[in-house]
Order: sequence, then C-alpha cells, then structure tokens
Amino acid sequence: MTIPFDPTLAAFRFGVGLGPSAPGPASVQAMIASLSGPDHAADRYPIAGMNETDPSMAEFRFAAAARRAARGTPEEEELRQKEGAFRQAMNVTRRNDHLRTIARAVTTDDGLRERLTLFWADHFAVRAKTFAFRSMITPYVTDAIRPHVVGRFPDMVLAATLHPVMLHYLDQWVSTGPNSTVGQRRGFGLNENLARELLELHLFGADGPFTQRDVTELAELLTGVTYDFRQGFAYRTDRAEPGAEVVMGRRYSAEADLQTVKSALIDLATRPEVAEHIASKLVVHFVSDLPEPALVATLAGVFRETGGDLLAVTEAMLSHPAAWTPRRSKVRRPDLFVMASLRALGVDGDGILNMRPADYRDWMLRPLQVMGQPYQAPSGPDGWPEDAESWITPQGLAGRINWAMGAPRVMLDPLPDPRDFVQTALGPDAPAEVTFAASSAETRSEGIGLVLTSPAFQRI
Amino acid sequence: MDRRAFLTRSLALGCSLAASPLVTPVALAQGPWDARLVVIVLRGGLDGLDVIRPIGDTDLARLRPRLMETAGLGLNDAWALHPGLSGLRALWDAGQFGALHATSSPYRGPRSHFDAQDVLEAGTFPAGETRSGWLNRMLGIVPGMTAETAYSVGHEQMKILSGTNPYLQWSPRSELDLSPQSRRLLDLILHDDPIFRDAALRAVDIADTLFTEATADAEEAGADGEMGMMMAPAPTRGHAGVAAFAAQRLRAETRIASFSLHGWDTHSRQDIQLNSALENLTETILTLRDGLGPVWEQTAVLCMTEFGRTAHENGTLGTDHGTGGAMLFAGGALRGGQVLGRWPGLAEADLFDRRDLMPTSDVRAAAGRVMQDLFGLSRSDIEDTIFPGLDMADAPRLAV
Repeated sequence: MTIPFDPTLAAFRFGVGLGPSAPGPASVQAMIASLSGPDHAADRYPIAGMNETDPSMAEFRFAAAARRAARGTPEEEELRQKEGAFRQAMNVTRRNDHLRTIARAVTTDDGLRERLTLFWADHFAVRAKTFAFRSMITPYVTDAIRPHVVGRFPDMVLAATLHPVMLHYLDQWVSTGPNSTVGQRRGFGLNENLARELLELHLFGADGPFTQRDVTELAELLTGVTYDFRQGFAYRTDRAEPGAEVVMGRRYSAEADLQTVKSALIDLATRPEVAEHIASKLVVHFVSDLPEPALVATLAGVFRETGGDLLAVTEAMLSHPAAWTPRRSKVRRPDLFVMASLRALGVDGDGILNMRPADYRDWMLRPLQVMGQPYQAPSGPDGWPEDAESWITPQGLAGRINWAMGAPRVMLDPLPDPRDFVQTALGPDAPAEVTFAASSAETRSEGIGLVLTSPAFQRI
Repeated sequence: MDRRAFLTRSLALGCSLAASPLVTPVALAQGPWDARLVVIVLRGGLDGLDVIRPIGDTDLARLRPRLMETAGLGLNDAWALHPGLSGLRALWDAGQFGALHATSSPYRGPRSHFDAQDVLEAGTFPAGETRSGWLNRMLGIVPGMTAETAYSVGHEQMKILSGTNPYLQWSPRSELDLSPQSRRLLDLILHDDPIFRDAALRAVDIADTLFTEATADAEEAGADGEMGMMMAPAPTRGHAGVAAFAAQRLRAETRIASFSLHGWDTHSRQDIQLNSALENLTETILTLRDGLGPVWEQTAVLCMTEFGRTAHENGTLGTDHGTGGAMLFAGGALRGGQVLGRWPGLAEADLFDRRDLMPTSDVRAAAGRVMQDLFGLSRSDIEDTIFPGLDMADAPRLAV
C-alpha cells in the first residue's frame, strides 16, 4: 500500500514547518535531492568554526591572565576594561551565531538539514563550563556536526570526540595516563568521563555491550588527547598511558600516538551494535517515543550495510511507511517551536539578524528558559528530553503561550490576518476549532498567538 | 469541576473568592507529611569563613587582615555573624537560624562551579553516576507523592529536583495575562489534547491563585482604609518574589521547594558583594517565614553551596574558589542559634591543600539526617538511594 505524500506532514515532522512562501516539500525525492546538494542556508548565513571565531579563545584567555597578573597594580583597571571588552564581544558573537542559526531555519528550502543538525548536535550534546567556551558552542556545531549530517557517522564521531569543546566539556583535557611521563612526575590520573559517555551515549546506549573495564581501557586509550587554548586540539605523548588497551574484546596498538586513537574511534563507531542505538534514537526523535520496531530494524540494517552512511539512513527513514504515521505524538522542542513560528509568520532573515539586543533577551533567551530549554545549556551530556510530557509542563506551556501572544508583534509589523494565518501555519487541513478561534480572537496578536499555541501547530 | 470550562472558571472569581483555599490563612492539604523542606542552592560558592566567622581562631586575622576590618555581630567568644546578616540576628537568638561549619559536598575536583554544583545537586560523586537530583530520588521513596508535592521555583533549571519522579516548576515571571476571550478560545483549542489541556489547567490555576492572593491582599489593605496601614503586598519580583511564591505553595499541598540565589562568587570587593548577597538571603528567609505563617514551625530551610572559598584573602579584597565552608539553616523545625560541626582549625597544616578550610563533614549527611528526622525516612533509603555511598554515622542532628 502506498500512502500519498503529504507535504504538510513532511514539513512538520521532517522540517521546520510551513510558511507563506514555503508550502512544504514536493516529495521524498525532492527532500533527499536538497539534502544531497549544497548547503545553501550555511552559505547564506555563514557561521565560523572555532578557529575562525572572533574574538578567539586565546585572545580572551591572555586578556584575563594579564588582568589577574596585574592584581593590585595601577594597570589593573585598564586591563579589567580590556578583558570586559572581550567578554562583550564574545557575547555579541554568541548572539549573532544564534540569530544566524534561527535565520537559516526560518528561511531555508531544505528544512530537513536544519532538523538533522539539531538532532545530531543534541546526540553529541556539549555545554560551556567556563565563559571562554560560551561563544564556541555554535562553532563546534559548524566544525563537528553540520558537515557530517549527510556524511559518515564515524567521521562525525571523530570530529565531535576530538573537538576542544567536547574535550573540555567531558574533562578529557585533564585526563592523564597514570604511568605517562606527566602522570608519574605530577601524580595526575585518569578521568573517564569522555570514555563513558562515548560508549554509553554516543555509540551503544546505556544497555550496550560494554563493561566498566571497557570504559577504563578506553579512557586509557584516549589519554594524550587534550587541547591547548592557543592552538586548539593537541596530542601530548607525555600524557598518554603506555601499553596496549583492550576495548570490548579488541586490542588496539600499543603505540601511544594520535593515529591509534583515531583508528580506535573509527573502529568503535563502525561496530554493528552501534546501528540499533542510532536507528532507535533517530526514530524516537523524528517519529515517536515508542518507535515502530520494523522502522528501527530497517534503519539499523542500512546503517550496518553502508558503514554508517547518514544520507542513506535518512533516506531509508523517509522511504518507510511507518515514518509517515498520521498520528503526531511528538511535540516541537522550544527552539524548534520558535523557529517554526517565525517561519510561519514569514519573518525574513534580516528581521531576525537585526533583532535589538533587548528584544533578543526578552523574546529569545528568557522565553526559551521559561519553556524549559535554556539556550545551549542542556542539563547533561544526554541532551534534551524527547517526550512531550517533559516539555508541555504548566510552566513550559505558559512560556509558549506568552511567547506566542507577545513575540510575533515584536518580530513583524503588520501581523498577518489570523484567518489567513491558520492556513499558512497549519496547511489545508487545519482543525475547525483553531480556524474558529483565529477568527474569533479580539486582536490580531491573540489570533496569531492562539494558532501558534494550538496542538495542531506544536505537534509533529 | 467541569473540565470543559476549566480555563474560563476564573471569570467567576469574584463570587468564589471566599471558597478559594488561598484566602484561608493555612490550608493543610493531604500530603505524606506535614513537615516542609526548602533547599536553597547558593550558586557561586559561599564564603563560610566570612559569613560565620570563627573569631575564636587566632589564625583568622592573619589569613584575612583586610576582610576582618569590618566588625561582625558577635555571638560568643568563638563565633560572629557577618554584619550583612543583621536582619537575621533575631532569628538566630530565637533558635531558628543556625549554621553547620567546615562542611562540604564530596566534590574534590579542580574547583569548577559547574562540576561542583552538579555534584551538590546530584548528591553523588562523581555526579555522572546518576542522571537525577537527590530531592527527586527522595520523591521516589515515599508513596503518595503527587507533582504538587515538590516545586522547583524560578526560571532556572534545578538539577537537584530533576529526574523521573513528577514535580512542578514555576517561575513567578511566567504569569499568564490572558483576556477572558483568549481563555475561552484556548480552552477550545487545547481541550482535546490531554497533555496540553492538563498543563494549561495547572498553569491557569497557579496564575490565578497568585492573582487571587494579590487581589485579596489589596482588598484587605483597602478595608483597613488608612494609607499608612496598608499591608505590603506579597513581592512578585526577584528573589523575594520567588520566596513568596514558594511560601504560598508550601502553605498548601507542597512539601518540598527548591530554588537558587546568586551572587556568592566574591573574587573581589567581597565586603560589598557579600553584603548585598546576604541582604538578599535575609529578605528571602524572612519572606519565607512571613509567608509561611504558622507552617514556619514545621519548616526546615537548608542553604547549601557548591564549595567554600580560600582561607587566605586574595589581592583584590576577595577570596577564590575553595573547599570547606558553611551550610546555613533556618526554620522552626530546626535547632538554630548554634554553630554545629567539628572545627578543624586554620593553621597552615590544618588546611585542605594548604589553602582551603578542611571539611570535617559531608554536607549530605546533615541533609540526610534532616530528612530522616522530619520525614521519617529510613537511614538505608538515604544511604542507598538518595545519597548512594554516604555514611550517616556521624551526621549532626539539626531537627528540634
């Protein structure tokens, strides 16, 4: 049985939603064709990687160190102001990167790429633990995630695991082989954080086929991998634990060098047990918290056969009838809710990029926090929750309602007629009660707000 | 209640005001216990040595010559309160405000706020051993808990309460200011989706009780007539707003509330910074006491921080990240008016890493003992589930 292609469902479930000039994709083939083609959204709204981000982490660290060194001297005040200027510039960079990310999602014809980027960035979730890293989270996505969402999974594992932002977040930068030169001289030891999350979250799942012994062995294998704020990624032989390590039954070369680490990571990421975990996470994210086993099995099969070709896996998902169940059990995450709302309103890229800082604070940063998704601050390396109940809480829903009623008039003038907006935002099958509510509201703002608040808009 | 009309119910508020449980001064609802627990996370690293000053220790003046220039409020020969706590002095004397000194969480990492707060809130070390907060695990032990039992207040994520057991979060900032017509229409569009309907029901309920209370306060004030007699309305903004809201929920069905206070990371000009942070804390605790009314007698407030600060003052009249520090506590259910804990001394050799106050207790043991005494939880539940790996053998008793 073939189900006729539904552009509205495609835009909701696998995209950023509908808009006045975005009626939804034409077919699965068209979606895959866009995804296989050039990344137009990134070309239009470029976001630098970590090494190109301005100000650099090194500039800031040097300024902070100079200020500390001048404590109690007459130069201290001037150096404090210099450091403050860097902090301010880093905040501006972080805001601009955020607004460009939103602008991409709001204006793109290739919404699936934005959704995949959100998904994979969450799979390899990071958080800034110090101020210096706050403006490096989006650059991390530029470097390690986005280039690989239609590439090979092992390449993404390599890029994310060895990125300075990840190395700092999961403490790898301090992990030292106890028998390495530095470990012996200074009494430093292992930190297993990255090794554990790599096995548990990134590769195999919490019930995956590994033991504590494997975690420790992998942590030993990863020693030497660190970062240096001047040059970024670094490999320090004098911190690497000597000797061979055995992880999940496979022995990796006794040679303590970066190539050993890289080939071990690639090898782990290519193991067949990874496929189930990744397939299941993809289906849970895009389709249902209770994934259809046949769908997961199909994706896992393609993942294994292709060695983790993510374009092929994504295509397999879109081609499977179970991915198109009309039941919408997922709810848009707050960041996606905001993006989809601005897209439905037809806000253009400049309208987003030119947001006043005070509006950005009042209508982006604070509302996201109230909705339960403080910007770039997931509570742990397991990322944001998937289930609707975690998001549609009293406070979370109140946050969505307040945003829906208040933000559109800040972002757009004049607002569209709510009676037309129902069709634009929800497509041809808008529920009758939402159509009625939109036409019965006392003001345009409230009419728009009601449409955006409706489960028909929020569920995907 | 007719669910069909849930969102518009408050249109009839005028005539149903007397029936609202929130106009009644105390509404003791069904709950697993009557005692209340408030955990305030002091984010940034409270300087226990400055707040509860060990003036009986002769090394203090050597370590902190400049910080000790402003006199504290002497309690006895051994201890003095920071002058910023003058507003809580009466509570101290009444035995409703006290401190546990030279304590810390089990965190001993490189003094990172982020990691140390994770450990404090997870209640385990390392924090990654669990993906839930210790207050949330506590909820799982006791049958009969509802979402209303525990509240995380404020817009901040409180990992201490996060986990699989239900709890509610509300920020006084997320008021729902909707026109009656919008409410009717929201009712219409959310009605058929249970998750949305139930969340909206609760959201509107919380927003309305806040509104009702403000109205009741205003009416009461109006009835008194004289301008000068006007009762101050319950605060709605900032830390006092958070405390007022927490008190209001705790007077009803809520038994556990948690929120954060900021401003403790006093690397420089500690004399000014700490003073204003302590004034905020004072206002928070007094707002809780006033808002709780008679329930204050059954309440325990624990103020915990991620780490203490260096024993030496630094070159900018501040202190840097340290290890041991103080837990402050308040409430009618606790025995305040005293400084608990074994004092390790401040001589160079007595310090942790030769720089920080040496912790002589695990702050989790004190919190565990409070839960044991107030809520009747078993020691094994506390040592196995709430704080895995903790030994409560020497836990100080804080409860009355």
